[in-house]
Amino acid sequence: MADVNVGDEVRELRVTPDKYLPHRYAGASGDFNPIHIDDEFAKAVGLPRNILHGLYSMGLVAKANAVALAGGDPRALKKLSVQFRGMGVPEAEIVVTGKVESVDGNRVVVNTEATQNDTKLIKNAKAELDLES
Amino acid sequence: MALKTDAVGKEWGGTTYQVGREKIKEYANALGIENPVHFDVGAAREAGFRDVVAPPMFCVVYALPAMAPAILDPEVGMNFATMVHGGQEFEWGEVVCSGDEITTTPKCISIEEKMGNGFYVFESTSVNQDGAQVLRGVWTNIVRGV
Repeated sequence: MADVNVGDEVRELRVTPDKYLPHRYAGASGDFNPIHIDDEFAKAVGLPRNILHGLYSMGLVAKANAVALAGGDPRALKKLSVQFRGMGVPEAEIVVTGKVESVDGNRVVVNTEATQNDTKLIKNAKAELDLES
Repeated sequence: MALKTDAVGKEWGGTTYQVGREKIKEYANALGIENPVHFDVGAAREAGFRDVVAPPMFCVVYALPAMAPAILDPEVGMNFATMVHGGQEFEWGEVVCSGDEITTTPKCISIEEKMGNGFYVFESTSVNQDGAQVLRGVWTNIVRGV
């Protein structure tokens, strides 16, 4: 059985995406929506600047939970559901936190979120991991 | 104005993606993921994988392009000017490794109005070359002010 208990805080992940991270993520993911990579375009459509991809922030949530609870084993994460809220921007620190909500044998559910300054990028997220392997 | 819901239940054809080592590496680097099983075939095999293994959220690489025919379908009729990605759910099955061919099939499962906004929900199913399910996705797009 996993050595994890209900109420445990998951080790947090802190990441500051640099100015060019949205470009690298666009290349890696194939999502070249200009609101992420073109500051002028983003401002023209009313955004404060070019914004992070929501699925990048979700990727950080996946990574944080897999690293903290399963040593980064890519088999561990079984399910992740998120709601996207505030917009993330480059060059500011993102903090991913989590709290264990339930433990059933090797199956662990974590309530997790990603925050940047006072903005919640991802809230009410649930990560379900299998810590068997 | 009533929301057009004709597309509920509609399915689109599958899109196949060929997974490669360099793409997995590129994705892992963008996310700052350091486990060598994503970079080195020797490390991956030692850990029991067929080849370099994809991190779970690599699913965006093979599933996102497959969603385009559904998202862009005029029968769905989303207003892209006011569309935001509201929510996302992924459920993983068999792991994905370099060399896999993943076919993703989208379906529209609901279109609803809530508090003046349109909620367009799509489901995707991704299977590998052996027919094993690797991913189920639920994609929620919100169109403000319908």
